[in-house]
Amino acid sequence: MISSTQWERVAALDEFKALLDAKRKFIVPATIFFLVYYFALPILVGYAPHLMETKVLGVVNLAYVFALSQFFMAWILAAMYLRAAGRFDEMAKDVVDKARR
Amino acid sequence: MSTALIMFLVFIIVTLGITYWSARQATGANSFFAAGRRMTAWQNGVAVAGDYMSAASFLGIAGIIAFQGYDGFMYSVGWLVAYLTVLLIVAEPLRNAGKYTMADVLAYRLSPRPVRAMAALSTLTVSTFYMIAQMVGAGALVALLLKDSGITYHTAVIGVGVLMVTYVVFGGMLATTWVQIIKAVLLMAGTVLLSILVLAHFDFSFSKFFDAIGHVTYTENGVQVTKDFLQPGLRFKPPYGALDLISLSLALIFGTAGLPHILVRFYTVPDAKTARISVVWAMALIGSFYIMTTFLGFGAATIVGRDVIAANGGTNMSAPLLAQTLGGEVFFAFVAAIAFATILAVVAGLTISASTSFAHDFYTNVLHHGRERSPGEEVRVARITAFVVGAIAIAIAILLGPTANVAFLVALAFAVAASANLPVIIFSLFWKRFNTTGAVAGLATGLAASILLILIGPSFMKAEAIFPLENPGIVSIPLGFLGAVIGTLLTREPTAEEKFAELLVRANTGLGAEKAGGH
Repeated sequence: MISSTQWERVAALDEFKALLDAKRKFIVPATIFFLVYYFALPILVGYAPHLMETKVLGVVNLAYVFALSQFFMAWILAAMYLRAAGRFDEMAKDVVDKARR
Repeated sequence: MSTALIMFLVFIIVTLGITYWSARQATGANSFFAAGRRMTAWQNGVAVAGDYMSAASFLGIAGIIAFQGYDGFMYSVGWLVAYLTVLLIVAEPLRNAGKYTMADVLAYRLSPRPVRAMAALSTLTVSTFYMIAQMVGAGALVALLLKDSGITYHTAVIGVGVLMVTYVVFGGMLATTWVQIIKAVLLMAGTVLLSILVLAHFDFSFSKFFDAIGHVTYTENGVQVTKDFLQPGLRFKPPYGALDLISLSLALIFGTAGLPHILVRFYTVPDAKTARISVVWAMALIGSFYIMTTFLGFGAATIVGRDVIAANGGTNMSAPLLAQTLGGEVFFAFVAAIAFATILAVVAGLTISASTSFAHDFYTNVLHHGRERSPGEEVRVARITAFVVGAIAIAIAILLGPTANVAFLVALAFAVAASANLPVIIFSLFWKRFNTTGAVAGLATGLAASILLILIGPSFMKAEAIFPLENPGIVSIPLGFLGAVIGTLLTREPTAEEKFAELLVRANTGLGAEKAGGH
């Protein structure tokens, strides 16, 4: 068992603060971005239907293209997070190594 | 014996074989509740997809798109993008800081008894609504698909109930996981085949396909009309349509990260990194499936036609009828069997998460202060709970009958998950000041607000509705957050604040996390 003072000690490590900072720098902007991108769809579809009916790809309208783009947005963001998380894993390993010493 | 019945039986025999095999594997709580935490990333990812995509996805979305076009596709979008919330915010901290249930993370630094009691109530509420929707759907569907074999709605509901209880009681999480994996593979295979057949029908020309979608002809109030099905607004009509759509979008994107039966899946992998990769696997499958709802839904609208579907069982039969038109009786039977497998995998997942929550959160931790009075008691209680949950689900589904409108039950499950569960999960992980009063207030407010707003909304009160929106999310989610914030600010709880450092370290590094094993 690890005592509460030891948890405090790990939480105060520079390496741990750097890890939280790195995570925040990725996760906060990424979350804001996907929420804005996602909610743009129901808002535009609901309040600007005529704009969304514009044909952009032959007979396919903007509403469908924008909806389809949401899937690729989600996949790309997930891939980006996977790469960034590899870095977080390294940083977390440093914290654990230091905590064990 | 119809072809469909033979396929149903093959699926039942295979899954019962898996259950028998699982039962002979390692026993113990870790094994029963979390499959020994030894699932690989791809296995758990496929199982998450199998746990998530319910009859509402396969039959429901295809039906809404076939009848109301573009607006149905909005469900598809929201149900995938929701996984970004799971991936970025919830999955890894949950795996690092919890043991068996969502409540583990909440109870970490808060007073366990009130928080676990509320969390168990919320879990059981979400799971029950979700399950009843699936059971009624399953009963109606099986009765319709197997009408030549003389199987009635009652027989079908009881059959589904007995099977899901069997998987969970004897095979635990391991059997449930493999049932979900097989179902996901079947669902993907069937959907890809159907999509290819739809495209082949249009000579593999997207422009021909989308041209046809632009002119869908059907009968409305006895008059022939032709509409552009790519056009938004056929379902969400003024005056409140736009607001309802935004409200629905909120519940979809925040509800998924609060669904207990999805969250417990992350305890079945060895560590947070595997949990993360499994979410990405799930997103690949779930996203591909939802993109293909374009072919299922619009294919049914253009090839089968609304009038034919309406005359042969209604919206939920859109995908099976499309299969029948394009691939004949054998393919129809295959798609029917997939629909059956789809429902079974989901109800098994719901049964195990509800049973785990009752046994672990309520029985052990609320009634007995976190100690088992005899070895293996928690698993025994969970098994008994699974029987009770199954019996209740069967009874309610039979009482409601095959014609009950159950769409609002799924909407309600998502609204409760988003309004009650997500705010308290986020606050307990990220807000130092958060405390027990806040958690109980947040859970109670979110739960009460979403249920009340549905009860006074159009799904329930039809034309006399006091609250104009079908989806309560836009009001109930902020209320859930507000309840949690106000409750927190009313009291101070030094112990909860002191333990924050510990939770932060655990959630972000995996120090002290539950290990794989199960022996």
